[in-house]
Amino acid sequence: MPKRTDIRSILVVGSGPIVIGQAAEFDYSGTQAAKALRAEGYRVILVNSNPATIMTDPDLADATYIEPLTPETLEAIIAQEHPDAMLPTVGGQTGLNLALALGNRGTLEKYNVQLLGAKLRSIELAEDREQFNRAMRDNNIPVPQGGPAHNLEEAAALVKATGYPVLVRASFALGGTGASWVKTAEELPEAVRKAIAVSPIGQSWLEQSFLGWKEFELEVMRDRADNFVVVCSIENLDPMGVHTGDSITVAPSQTLTDREYQVLRDLARRVMRAVEIETGGSNVQFAVNPADGRTIVIEMNPRVSRSSALASKATGFPIAKVAALVAVGYTLDEITNDITGQTKVGFEPSLDYVVVKIPRWAFEKFPGVDPTLGAQMKSVGEVMALGRTFPEALSKAVISL
Amino acid sequence: MSGATLVLEDGTVFSGASFGAEADSVFELVFNTSMTGYQEILTDPSYRGQGVLFTCPHIGNVGVNREDYESGCPQISAAVVRAVSPIVSNWRAEKSLPDWLAEAGVPGISGVDTRFLTRKLRDGGTQKAALSTRGTDPAELIERARAWPGLDGRDMVSEISCPKEYAWAPDSGSRWVEGDRPGAMKGKHIVAYDFGIKKNILRHLAADGARVTVVPSNTPANKALALKPDGIFLSNGPGDPRGLPAIVETVRALLESGVPTLGICLGHQLIGLALGGRITKLKFGHHGGNHPVRDERTGQVWITAQNHNYIVESESLPAGVAEVTLRSLNDGSLEGFRLLQRPAFCVQFHPEASPGPHDARDVFGRFFTLVERRGA
Repeated sequence: MPKRTDIRSILVVGSGPIVIGQAAEFDYSGTQAAKALRAEGYRVILVNSNPATIMTDPDLADATYIEPLTPETLEAIIAQEHPDAMLPTVGGQTGLNLALALGNRGTLEKYNVQLLGAKLRSIELAEDREQFNRAMRDNNIPVPQGGPAHNLEEAAALVKATGYPVLVRASFALGGTGASWVKTAEELPEAVRKAIAVSPIGQSWLEQSFLGWKEFELEVMRDRADNFVVVCSIENLDPMGVHTGDSITVAPSQTLTDREYQVLRDLARRVMRAVEIETGGSNVQFAVNPADGRTIVIEMNPRVSRSSALASKATGFPIAKVAALVAVGYTLDEITNDITGQTKVGFEPSLDYVVVKIPRWAFEKFPGVDPTLGAQMKSVGEVMALGRTFPEALSKAVISL
Repeated sequence: MSGATLVLEDGTVFSGASFGAEADSVFELVFNTSMTGYQEILTDPSYRGQGVLFTCPHIGNVGVNREDYESGCPQISAAVVRAVSPIVSNWRAEKSLPDWLAEAGVPGISGVDTRFLTRKLRDGGTQKAALSTRGTDPAELIERARAWPGLDGRDMVSEISCPKEYAWAPDSGSRWVEGDRPGAMKGKHIVAYDFGIKKNILRHLAADGARVTVVPSNTPANKALALKPDGIFLSNGPGDPRGLPAIVETVRALLESGVPTLGICLGHQLIGLALGGRITKLKFGHHGGNHPVRDERTGQVWITAQNHNYIVESESLPAGVAEVTLRSLNDGSLEGFRLLQRPAFCVQFHPEASPGPHDARDVFGRFFTLVERRGA
């Protein structure tokens, strides 16, 4: 299918300030997407509050707005520029949240702006754990038991089902902010209070614990013809319990047989369908019991994520670029693979090397912060190393720290 | 670990560490790009006569288990890897890869530059090769590799096919293969020709409830048809289909019978030959779990498992008799066709995967539909 000609101008949303949990990788993805869309002849309107980014360099977009990333500002920009479409999936969770806000305010409808890459319903589904879990259960996809709690009583009731330890999260918070593992009843009130305080909707989410299970991620891509590829599999060196952003990760996964790997692949495809992600890149996270192989879907991000940036560099598959191209209607068998120059991106990269990512922490700069790793991300950066073997890649990564 | 020597017919010599059996072996060297599933690859009868070079650097991480067999034992002549894992990390593992290969008499070499070797095969084509894990002189190994007749034009099937007919019974690996419509094929009988059949194909053929009888490769058509099959399956297998003229005759008679027929890999090539098509050898073959195939009718792309050195040339298929349905997205080569006047179709890739993605499993569903339609 050729690209869409019914849209001419596209608003691309950046991710704003670089903070712990949402770092420069979204500049990389936004820049890649803007370049790809411009090369296809679309007028690209870019908005980001952070001028210290590559994507806001003068020649990257047709119009660049360095403005606060709020629904009000975006509405004003939309009123002025009248874009035909908006691509919210390359600016981290900030981009998705803004799309959701603009949808709820009626801005998108009022100015007839189409969302590319993710529908409002998909964004809501992936972000709202209650809706996500329901959608997964409706499709027979295994997810952790859990539920929302607005106060300690509701939390205590949920723990009766999940038992201890239990994961307490702040609903709709980024990078695991306000999340913690609770091992005893004494720790519960403080954890719930903290989560509710941090959550933008004043809600905590309690979830069955999979501490100690193996943790995997698949970076996947889908187009509107329902073609689906896994760009990269990632295995965490440390077990469930440490935020992925704080985990040492290895690509491709190393301890799954093909039977088990294909279970993850099939599940990822079903998750994409259940969340109704028609086009673009997503990231699906899994927990696998090392004792019996039982597999649970932990979460999914319907957008280019921190792991996508890693997977892009690890495999040479330009996830953000391809995500932008499939969002405007191309199918994977039409997009040329930049590395071979001949074959198409409708394939799955096969690595003859190993990739190791190690996070970089800077606790010395944050006196008073508890340096214990857990459900909330605390690293400020990361190094990635490629080697022909795991020991080689690990050694290179350690040296680079 | 002691030393091992791998030589190619062009005179290149590689030294590495040995694992598996202490033995000398001569074979055709192919590379496989799958990142998972070495146990299935090593037990796939289609690799008979071949040594497998894994581009995936770490092999052996997940050990060997009782479920992931594609035949009774390792079938390859040698394993060539970058690094053998010194430990096993998987809940199903029962044995380490080196121990298992040693018991089966298969030698392996690790610590060689598999990337260099892969590039050599990719640029120069598949080569005859020899491996020694017991100190045989490299010059002698090169002589043996050069003197070996190779696989072209040879019948590799008769040595691997089952000696006599048997009824397929689900095995320990069957729990991984769920039917799409359990029970829908109850009462149907499928006769599967064993040219080196993979167990996962049998698991799929039986998954919706069909009774499956496996017959030896030299079973005459009338004997197979006397079993009153509702469907006939022509399996994968090793080597060059041009070395199997008698089987091609059988396939022609089976197609004439009008019984719904599915062919996979070698089975696909045999159908091609039976129709008067031409076989050619690929430079370095398709071996891996990431090969995209496009359905020419719907535009849908499947990521498939593939393992073949030979192809049917699509231009050689007689017009009006066969229709090309599937092509490789990578090189445009023929990956599947259907017969226009007969209820028969075939695919060059492996819809049963094992190892590989499950995108193409609907091939079995389409075959079952043909079988059901005939019965109606």
